[in-house]
Amino acid sequence: MKGLPVLSLLFWMCAVFFVGIYLFVGGFLLVRLEVNRTSTCGDVLEPGEEPVDFCRAQPRFRKVVLLIIDALKIDFARYDPDKTAPRPYENKLPVLEETVSSRPLQSRLYPFRADPPTTTMQRIKGFTTGSLPTFVDVGNNFASSAILEDNLIHQFGQVGKRVVFMGDDTWESLFPKKFYRSLPFPSFNVKDLHTVDNGILQHLYNTMVGDDWDVLVAHFLGVDHCGHRFGPDHPAMADKLTQMDGVIRSVIDRLQNDTLLVVMGDHGMTDTGDHGGESQKETDAAIFLYSPSPMFHGPPSQNEPDVVPQTDLVPTLALLLGVPIPYSNVGQVLLPLFPPHEQTEGAVGGLSQLEALWINTKQVNRFLETYSGMAKDIPPESLSRLKSEFALLSSEFLSAVREGRSPSPQLASSLQAYLTSVRDTCRATWARFNPLKMAAGLAILAFACLMCFILSELSLVLIRENGALLKTPVVVSLTVGVSVAAAQLLIRGYIEVMWCLAAAAFSSELLFLWRSRQLSTSTVSKNGTKAPKRVSWLTLRHLLVPSLLFPLLRCASLLSDSYVIAEGRVVTFLVLSLALCIPIHLNWDGLLLPPSHDPLKSAGLLPAPALSPSAVRKESGTLLACLGLLVGSLYLSLSFHGCREEQGSCQPSAFLSPLSRLQDNQLKNLHYVLAVISLGLWTYLLRCFLCHYGNLNSSGGTVFTARWILPLLSVCLGLHWAVSATPEDSFRNLAELIHLAQLALPRVAFCLLGLGLFLIWLDPLTVFVKTRTQASAKSLTLPTPRYRASIGISPQAELHHLIPQIYQRMRRSLDDGDLSGASEVDNRPAVEAYGLGTVYSAPLLLFSGLLGIGLLLLHPEGMALSFLLLLLETGALLHIHASSTTLSGLHGKYSGGFNVPWTPVVLWSLAATQFFHATGHLPTFPSIQWGAAFVGFPEGHTGTILPASLVTLNTFASHILFAVSCPLLLFWPLVCEVRGSRGRACGDDGEDAVMEMRLRENPQMFSSALLQLSTRYLLIHGAQVFASVCAAAILRRHLMVWKVFAPKLMFEASGFLVSSVFLLIGVTLVLRVDVAVGQWFKRLIPDVSR
Amino acid sequence: MWDHEIRAMASTHAIIAASVFMATVLPAVLVPGFSVYGTHLLWLYSVSAAVTAVSVAVFWLLGITPPAKKHTLGYKLSRLLRSCLYFFLSCLFFHTVVVLYGAPLIESALETFSLAVLLTSLTTLRCLCVLGPNVQAWIRVFSRHGAMSVWDTCLQITVACTLVGAWVGAFPIPLDWDRPWQVWPVSCSFGSLFGYLTGLVAAPAWIHYHRKQLTYKCK
Repeated sequence: MKGLPVLSLLFWMCAVFFVGIYLFVGGFLLVRLEVNRTSTCGDVLEPGEEPVDFCRAQPRFRKVVLLIIDALKIDFARYDPDKTAPRPYENKLPVLEETVSSRPLQSRLYPFRADPPTTTMQRIKGFTTGSLPTFVDVGNNFASSAILEDNLIHQFGQVGKRVVFMGDDTWESLFPKKFYRSLPFPSFNVKDLHTVDNGILQHLYNTMVGDDWDVLVAHFLGVDHCGHRFGPDHPAMADKLTQMDGVIRSVIDRLQNDTLLVVMGDHGMTDTGDHGGESQKETDAAIFLYSPSPMFHGPPSQNEPDVVPQTDLVPTLALLLGVPIPYSNVGQVLLPLFPPHEQTEGAVGGLSQLEALWINTKQVNRFLETYSGMAKDIPPESLSRLKSEFALLSSEFLSAVREGRSPSPQLASSLQAYLTSVRDTCRATWARFNPLKMAAGLAILAFACLMCFILSELSLVLIRENGALLKTPVVVSLTVGVSVAAAQLLIRGYIEVMWCLAAAAFSSELLFLWRSRQLSTSTVSKNGTKAPKRVSWLTLRHLLVPSLLFPLLRCASLLSDSYVIAEGRVVTFLVLSLALCIPIHLNWDGLLLPPSHDPLKSAGLLPAPALSPSAVRKESGTLLACLGLLVGSLYLSLSFHGCREEQGSCQPSAFLSPLSRLQDNQLKNLHYVLAVISLGLWTYLLRCFLCHYGNLNSSGGTVFTARWILPLLSVCLGLHWAVSATPEDSFRNLAELIHLAQLALPRVAFCLLGLGLFLIWLDPLTVFVKTRTQASAKSLTLPTPRYRASIGISPQAELHHLIPQIYQRMRRSLDDGDLSGASEVDNRPAVEAYGLGTVYSAPLLLFSGLLGIGLLLLHPEGMALSFLLLLLETGALLHIHASSTTLSGLHGKYSGGFNVPWTPVVLWSLAATQFFHATGHLPTFPSIQWGAAFVGFPEGHTGTILPASLVTLNTFASHILFAVSCPLLLFWPLVCEVRGSRGRACGDDGEDAVMEMRLRENPQMFSSALLQLSTRYLLIHGAQVFASVCAAAILRRHLMVWKVFAPKLMFEASGFLVSSVFLLIGVTLVLRVDVAVGQWFKRLIPDVSR
Repeated sequence: MWDHEIRAMASTHAIIAASVFMATVLPAVLVPGFSVYGTHLLWLYSVSAAVTAVSVAVFWLLGITPPAKKHTLGYKLSRLLRSCLYFFLSCLFFHTVVVLYGAPLIESALETFSLAVLLTSLTTLRCLCVLGPNVQAWIRVFSRHGAMSVWDTCLQITVACTLVGAWVGAFPIPLDWDRPWQVWPVSCSFGSLFGYLTGLVAAPAWIHYHRKQLTYKCK
């Protein structure tokens, strides 16, 4: 068997997929490090003349009213009296324009440009922290969405301002316990236009008249919901905007002199009322500033900004109200709100334009230095340019101050230019999709899927070629990658690894496709019989068979948010349907029932059936019983699902909460007993299988693991559950012991698991050899120490699974029939080998069984039931596959290879997703089970790698188990082989069942089947990744992109990563067993090795 | 020789389709407040009853039902009883399958059972009419070489279309469109009925176009 080509092909395949995912995610997910520092009044900003900066001057305003009208687009705020037939959303807010024209010294209206992603939560983060929030703000804990970065609300609280909030309850989750008073209203139901707004209006005016507030935040959602529901061009929008007009008027009437009013939208909307993307319609909101006392220094002039970036609100508000600018702010102050330098000592007081700019600049520079010390994602050359610019500006400013002359007006504009370029640099790094990278990632993934398909179809040819097809693409891809890197180095001076990888992957893909095309045409020309088969590869008819239709449906379902939300049920539905297809299809081919007496057959027109009717009946019975088991476990697995927040009336499974949280003692005991019973059954079933096939007789490492480590591990786990479920106060005198057990038991379990896996790896053979003393065996001249591979100790089992002639067959194949003269002294073989029939599957099964218990350790106790269902379902799937293979072998469809058809592979990979949900996981970040990181480490961790890997193992437990045990699909039909069924089909008469030894007889077929199985499994997972990547790319403006599609993409991609790694582990284990079996044969029959 | 049978089949199907139509229109005229969504179960039962009655009558009149081996009254009666039993068992079977597919177990059991009744009257009833109460024969019919006559082929097509229709009918349920036809089991019963009507049209057409290739073994 050729292990290396299989492994290298698989490895290369995975690598190409990884590059595609990496490239797409690099262009799509915007990542930024959070700086967890806060500004305070006492901060000294470098280079500083003054002792303090932030709270130096007297604040211009004492109070501020922040009216946020969600999705207030700039088009809604403009007023054009000449329009005779305004659209429903036009001219509905006349108050803004009226105020601006009648009181130009008190008010302004600007377009207010948001940064993508234009979703409400990200926008609230944006205009309170002054930073550019991205999808993944690293450092932010996923479990809660609270803002940990420095922000305006925090700063208001620091200086003792009372912040009163009312409206969208997103604020409450972003700023928990930060408000003096808060009146949140549920924001989730998009269909509800009025609850939030009416709730605010009930309290807004009373609060304003009262005196127990300094900052009032009111967030109206009606306009946004109206947009989502009806779109902007709808009478409902006109009503909503008119209502808002009234609100603004009433608020203006109630304002006091030292109060600033800000009316703003957090983002715009498209013509269909959606938002989230980066088009100008979505980013351009409106901002309206008003104060009862004059605050501007003249009517709107030419040098005022055309557009105000959203981040600019933060430093402006901070300096106007006399609080420190939040640490991570990259916005710049709005100059028109500050008096020009000459009028500093005027009546109004406060900071002059230049002073404000100078403080702002120093703060931004401080942030830039801190950030570039933490992360390296800002390009170094722009960083150094910004630094030198700042040095120049500061020396100019300081010298001007020192000499006492007023700085030149150019200085203000160059400070502004500096701030703008900092923001642009940051935005280029954080806040922009990179469409080129996304497209390249999509293309690489698409080609990788195609390549995977071709690889699975051509696996036999590839193995025959001995992996020659791989060498050229790899060499070429390396060359291309290195040359791209060199070119980048020459032209731009630095290397972007992403593009080198992309070029390498892409070139290797293209070359592989071209070579395989050549290869397939050459094979077609060699043996013309295969030609029609090759041609029909990609025809529609070929793709519409159920086994490929279901993955297509699955991929299509990833493009709809409703289906992603209901994914658990959708996948269960698909698995059930596809499983039902198997008996229906078999029946359609007339294979399910024993053929009735047929006149044609008795006339000899049809070949005689290979299986007797009773055997057929038995196989069909097994098939239907396993189908029943499968359906039952599918149905029961539905009761272990968690709930997404989008699913309104959904109750999460009762088994998801850990035992220690259950209050009812009886229920707790019941759960515990159920969990222990399932754990025991899991262990018992595994041992039962090994015992039945005689794998527990020898004394190797694997058998030791099966005999001792497996039961010990489950005992450990059961004890651990018991200990962790005991209430803290029930056994006071045993508290220390309990504490120790909580620490020690899981760690012992981890060690046992590691030891077991290592032992299986070291000595995977489970074969027990029994030599018979034979007269003939003594004579060395007799070259045939024959043996048989029994699977059980009992004589009945021996009779059933006898492998008497395998050695002869090997000899025959090696020595070319030299053995014809060997005398048959005795009909009994000289060597009996117990457990040889399941030599491959036994270690693999034990490996996955142990791994399963280890993964169960990381889950809540109740999930033991779900894991038991997983075991039963895999067993049922394997048996269904085996029975259907046997039944279709009956019609002579058996082609001599060990190829696994699509249907079981599709079922296998869909079941992985199904049990992802049935073990209580969901593709959302809040549903990650963080408790897994503390199993065995109740004190917490120091590093991040260990907890991260524990949580990964917990999250993708079902992916891991299904991927590792994937090669079982190849072995199971051989394990369950009915005596004589294959023998006849192969043409050898009177052959006994040799089970998995068939694989050794035909190593080439074995390798190709293994390669085909793994590539098929990879392809189905890869296609799902491709579909979710497409969903994220196409729907990047969708309302749900950051809530549904982007997390789904992350989970699908990481699931693929974990699956492929563990698939490789499983395949490697099989190859390891193969090597061990080869050595065993050499030891047994020394002359073969010669 | 088959032209005659195909014509008979087409007219039978036309009659059945007309009965479905009447079962929708007549209650709308007679029963106040009747609507397909609002009083969905009523509509469902009226369609099932109409299809049952018309199919039994038409197939009995046409004489496609396999001839009884004995002509005693007791035997006929037992056959009738067995058919009724099979009908009921098939309702239970479909109910179970639908529940296993994810229908609520307790909450809307009546709706689920009504869907099962509809499915039974669209599929099992036809099997009963064409093949008699003989499960072995039913299983045999759904294989590649199992059809013994034009009517068997027609049975294959209509039953497959109905079941696929019901299956596809489940697809829109998770979508968040809030339409009245997404309520359980409206979309599934629509799907199965559309599938059935498609099958009624498709079966004669398919047989007509493939009449040259079709060969049947005699029993």
